[in-house]
Amino acid sequence: MSEIYIEAGHTEGQYWRDLWNYRELFYFLSWRDLLVRYKQTVVGVSWSFIRPLLTMLVLTVVFGKLGKMPSGGTPYPLLVLCGMLPWNFFSLAISDSGNSLVMNSSLVSKIYFPRLIMAVSSVIVSFVDFAISALFMVGLMIWYRFAPPMSVLTLPFFILLAIAASVGIGLWIAALMVKYRDFRFIVPFIVQFGLYLSPVGFQSGVVPERFRLLYSLNPMVGIIDGFRWSLLGGQNRIYLPSLGISVLEIAVILISGVLYFRRTERTFADVI
Amino acid sequence: MLIKDMPQPAIVVEDLGKRYVIGRQKQAPDGMRHIIEGALRSPVAWLKSRRDARRREVDFWALRNVSLTVQQGEVVGIIGRNGAGKSTLLKLLSRITVPTEGRFRIEGRTSSLLEVGTGFHQELTGRENIFLNGAILGMTRSEITKKFDQIVEFSEIEEFLDTPVKRYSSGMYIRLAFAVAAHLEPEVLIVDEVLAVGDAAFQKKCLGKMENLARGGRTVLFVSHNMEAVRMLCQRAILFDGGRIRADGDVENVVEDYFSRLSTFSARQFGNSGLVIEKVALKNDAGQETRQFCPGEDLIVEIQFDAQKILEKPYFILVVQGKRGNCFTANMQLDGHRPEFLNGKGRISCRFKSIPLLPQRFTVQLAMKASNGKDVLVDYENVGSFTVTADLADYGFRGEFQTRISEATSVVVPYEWQLPDGSSAIVSLGAPVPTV
Repeated sequence: MSEIYIEAGHTEGQYWRDLWNYRELFYFLSWRDLLVRYKQTVVGVSWSFIRPLLTMLVLTVVFGKLGKMPSGGTPYPLLVLCGMLPWNFFSLAISDSGNSLVMNSSLVSKIYFPRLIMAVSSVIVSFVDFAISALFMVGLMIWYRFAPPMSVLTLPFFILLAIAASVGIGLWIAALMVKYRDFRFIVPFIVQFGLYLSPVGFQSGVVPERFRLLYSLNPMVGIIDGFRWSLLGGQNRIYLPSLGISVLEIAVILISGVLYFRRTERTFADVI
Repeated sequence: MLIKDMPQPAIVVEDLGKRYVIGRQKQAPDGMRHIIEGALRSPVAWLKSRRDARRREVDFWALRNVSLTVQQGEVVGIIGRNGAGKSTLLKLLSRITVPTEGRFRIEGRTSSLLEVGTGFHQELTGRENIFLNGAILGMTRSEITKKFDQIVEFSEIEEFLDTPVKRYSSGMYIRLAFAVAAHLEPEVLIVDEVLAVGDAAFQKKCLGKMENLARGGRTVLFVSHNMEAVRMLCQRAILFDGGRIRADGDVENVVEDYFSRLSTFSARQFGNSGLVIEKVALKNDAGQETRQFCPGEDLIVEIQFDAQKILEKPYFILVVQGKRGNCFTANMQLDGHRPEFLNGKGRISCRFKSIPLLPQRFTVQLAMKASNGKDVLVDYENVGSFTVTADLADYGFRGEFQTRISEATSVVVPYEWQLPDGSSAIVSLGAPVPTV
């Protein structure tokens, strides 16, 4: 028989048990968002292909053809798509999970469940998009008859890193958004500028050597470089100090994000 | 019976309190821009303004010192006027928000239904929403699959299962939402005011379902403003007022208490006229204060006032209201009698002669107008309530449908039937008919 015991000022010990009990909700909330997303659209799921395709074309033309950025022998579209995979996932995940609590404020103020589920399930939804884009990537590699190097075996590590970064920052934004709706304006800003500040349309190698460490403070630099290195290899070397900084930063963001979220979660219903 | 075999109480609440901080949002917007900009422009002034903002904060205890125990299988009505703290209690027990002080323990799987249809998504179909809503309320997928047919049957929306709920009528929407919640089968069910929505037939169905749950040994906490529903469903009720428990016990007594509180008048000044109504008393023939009357008794309404300024030629208006609206009135704007002036303390009373009222609950309203007949001094305030109780048989009433009719009508003036056979019958609530 389950039992609830709540005392003022004490953190609930049963939180993690609740998270387990409500585990199916991860699935249901993601399922809901996926179902709803393409309702009343004409081409439906095709949007998941059209969006990355168009972005890839634009970035290839702007950076590769007009900007004449170096590609190190890799076909430029592959280079771009490989950078877009983690970036699109990350940017979609942080905006969706950042908005998740406010968008579902009626749920937050009327029903109990660990709110963490709401923010994390938005990341799951973005991951489905990531998987679709990954299929697209596979197709493009076949088209260019490009065989991935052995380093492709390290890809799961970089995917995990991208997930950790998304969850960490998503939790921070979601919790802050409950109190400060300013983040509704800040997040699109981050996403828009991040696309150009992160090495999505170009290789991070074009950044002058002396700015390299400074540039690595953007955690996405390590992740995107990692994706390129593991999927494309060749000229796309991994810059270890940069990766180290990314891993460290992401660990700090994730842990502090969970802690901050847990601390403020108790008052979400009062503030939202 | 061994102690360990004794059923543990389902809910134990000790000294529970919830404090809200109000007042800050209005004066100092807590947005980022404000904070950053203010802090950058002039740090000292900013710190001061933050401190002032803190000072302007007002603590508001929505709930305080609440302790209660609910045994397993009990159905408890939580009543009280708006803002009494009922919903805060339910929010705490449902763990939507955390208490500021105190503690509570709930034994068994708990589900709460604080609003019908939360978690429904407009774009999804009825079928999809059953699963989604069920999961949000805490059901597992296999449970939902198992109960799916029952839920559909209860909601009566079979043909529209695959239509998005945004195309539903509000009635269908509510039926579906309640159907999902009603099939949770938790050990402890917390319900807030779900009957406020929907038509009579739906309400009846919901009440029936909740009765079933109760009979099945579930513990139910039921918040409602519908006293009939509370009476029907609960054996015990708890009355809240001002964030505290004011009464706890047998449902009939507590509901009675609720009604009398609802219309208990406490001394207060009205507007800037300097008029204080100190007390309003209801008295019977013998001049005793009471809340219980028999049909045919006199009802005396006595108003004690204190006019701190001289008040010339005011109008007094008294209205006796039953369940279905106004029954009768004593209105100086109608009859033209009025005092020359009110000055200082004094009293005015009105005797309603042999009230021809059927057994029911009534409230008394007081209104006062200034000498010009327009300016409102007192605006139809509830100043008292009373119940008329009687066995109508004592008055010579022999009909078989008395209860039903006395629900719909309140006043019976004396009348006389002339029947086709020439006989006649006089009917009156004036006084009990002596039995021969």
